[in-house]
Amino acid sequence: MKAVKDTIPHVTVTSAYEKKGELKIFIFGSLLLNTIDEVMAKVKSQTENQNVQGVIIDLGGIEALDSAGAMMLLKLQREMADRSISLSLLNLTKECQNIISLLDETAFLVSTKKKDESVSVFSRIGKASLEVLRDAYLLMNFLGTILISFFKCIARPGSIRWRDVMHYIEKSGVEGLPIVGLISFLVGLIIAFMSSLQLKLIGGNIFVASLVGIAMVKELAPLMTAIIVAGRSGSAFAAEIGTMAVNEELDALSTMGFDPVEFLAVPRIMAALIAVPLLCLYADLFGLTGGLVVGVLGLDLTVGSYVDQTAASISIGDIATGVVKSVVFAGLIAGIGCHRGLQVKRGAEGVGAATTSAVVSAIFLIVLADSIFAVVLNYL
Amino acid sequence: MSNQGCFTGRDPNTNNGRKVLISVDHMTAELEGNIILEDISFKVFKGEILVIVGRSGSGKSVLLKHMIGLYRPAEGQVLIDGIDIHNAYGKQMKRIREKMGVLFQSSGLLGSMTLGENMELPLADYRYISDEAKNMIIRMKLGMVHLAGYENLLPAELSGGMKKRAGLARAMILDPDILFFDEPSAGLDPVTSVEIDDMIRSINKAMGTTMVIVSHELQSIFNIAHRIVMLDRKSRGIIAEGDPRELKEGSADRRVVNFLNRQSD
Repeated sequence: MKAVKDTIPHVTVTSAYEKKGELKIFIFGSLLLNTIDEVMAKVKSQTENQNVQGVIIDLGGIEALDSAGAMMLLKLQREMADRSISLSLLNLTKECQNIISLLDETAFLVSTKKKDESVSVFSRIGKASLEVLRDAYLLMNFLGTILISFFKCIARPGSIRWRDVMHYIEKSGVEGLPIVGLISFLVGLIIAFMSSLQLKLIGGNIFVASLVGIAMVKELAPLMTAIIVAGRSGSAFAAEIGTMAVNEELDALSTMGFDPVEFLAVPRIMAALIAVPLLCLYADLFGLTGGLVVGVLGLDLTVGSYVDQTAASISIGDIATGVVKSVVFAGLIAGIGCHRGLQVKRGAEGVGAATTSAVVSAIFLIVLADSIFAVVLNYL
Repeated sequence: MSNQGCFTGRDPNTNNGRKVLISVDHMTAELEGNIILEDISFKVFKGEILVIVGRSGSGKSVLLKHMIGLYRPAEGQVLIDGIDIHNAYGKQMKRIREKMGVLFQSSGLLGSMTLGENMELPLADYRYISDEAKNMIIRMKLGMVHLAGYENLLPAELSGGMKKRAGLARAMILDPDILFFDEPSAGLDPVTSVEIDDMIRSINKAMGTTMVIVSHELQSIFNIAHRIVMLDRKSRGIIAEGDPRELKEGSADRRVVNFLNRQSD
């Protein structure tokens, strides 16, 4: 006896007192998922009378019953029992009995397993603070592990997976050339344009070249490159390693005697340490070109005078500063990406969270490191 | 059945009077240019448990994915209750979807949702049903698979067997006419496997639900199958169809006998 889903289900509930205090309810039609609310409400309203001590539900008129309908009958039975009203089912066919036999009556009695959900704001702040501290501890721990792995690899260069290093140089560096070039060009162009609006007023057009040169080489090229690499490669590292963790590939590596950090993190970090400084120099070039375009087309400067002014304003030391910053940023991006990937514990959601966290943490650490550079270089 | 030389333990056409619920009709399955199954035909009758068997790589899961409409056949068609599943759209497709539930090999539970939310997904179209009724249905269906009370947990917090059972509860929340299973016992301990087999049998018996199961677990096959369809990689098709117990003893095809008797070729 099952629902005929192509027809519109109908149900009728009537009742009559058999004898004093005993109500007999007749259900006709379909007792299905679509009709249980209606039946439940009608039965409850008919049993509200305080004189009712017993209820008999006659199911002889039932044409279709599904498991939802059967569940409703069991639930009614339980609710009536709570109100000290006896409920019995009459004319229950074999098919109905079969469906009811599938159900577990005790399911309603089992308490719901709930997760520990602290709603207090203070509790949340406390937990979040402890989480930050724990995260910082784990990050330092990972940094230590990475350094040890690096020293091991330097001691045994043959153990470095050079093919992987080349692969990730291509992924992080070569494939990032178009976007890094375009963004740097536009940043150079914007700085030149915005600064020219002010410098034009005091006749200092030529100083646009100095401003763009210093800003790009010392600050913006390493910073913009790092942010782009964090978005492209840091997230990719976290997602790749995280997916491997979910698929038990990391466990497999460990059981085969490989250190996952040495096997997976070292080639990626090494690749980033090589690729990002080169990308930074490339970004310098495109940023300066952006400034040059504004200088020549908007400020009537010649290419020669712009290039001369740029060369006079920036030194090899400035370029080296940018490159050194890039090396540090690269280590942070790749390190945090691998670290977050290795931390993944739970399925697809864990991979997503690790990827987001890798990008956000990397950008935060890049800005933090850049601030430290600004202060330290000021005193050097 | 179009493949020549196949052994038929019990001719499906002799089941006169039984309603054909699924009809795979001269279907060819192709993946990335490779033909996996070629010109296969068979029927599934209402209320029966049909198990699709075969060695690894014979195309069992591919066939199942064609039957549930995830893959489109290169040729031929799959009819569910007379409707071509690959050419059904809108309300017709919705009606087919309501008729079937699927338990995937990895259970297919959405990891970002709790069990309760996973269970509620098929009820999304039943907006007029009260939350109380929905919660009752979810609780009872989880109770049927011995997971009552686990509504608020995430799939990642469950064991493999529990995930499988939760997937089964979700698949049958709307009391579908047909339940498809992809390797229901894969990766489970023997006790949990038997529990799943028992559930399959009792649901089939109580509700009359038609079951199509992909499996290569022999014990499970003999426990639950009314009929089997056996696929073979080299033949790219069906090499046997019928009662597994009859085929085990009476098939003239060594591949069938070896498989069902757990013997090497």
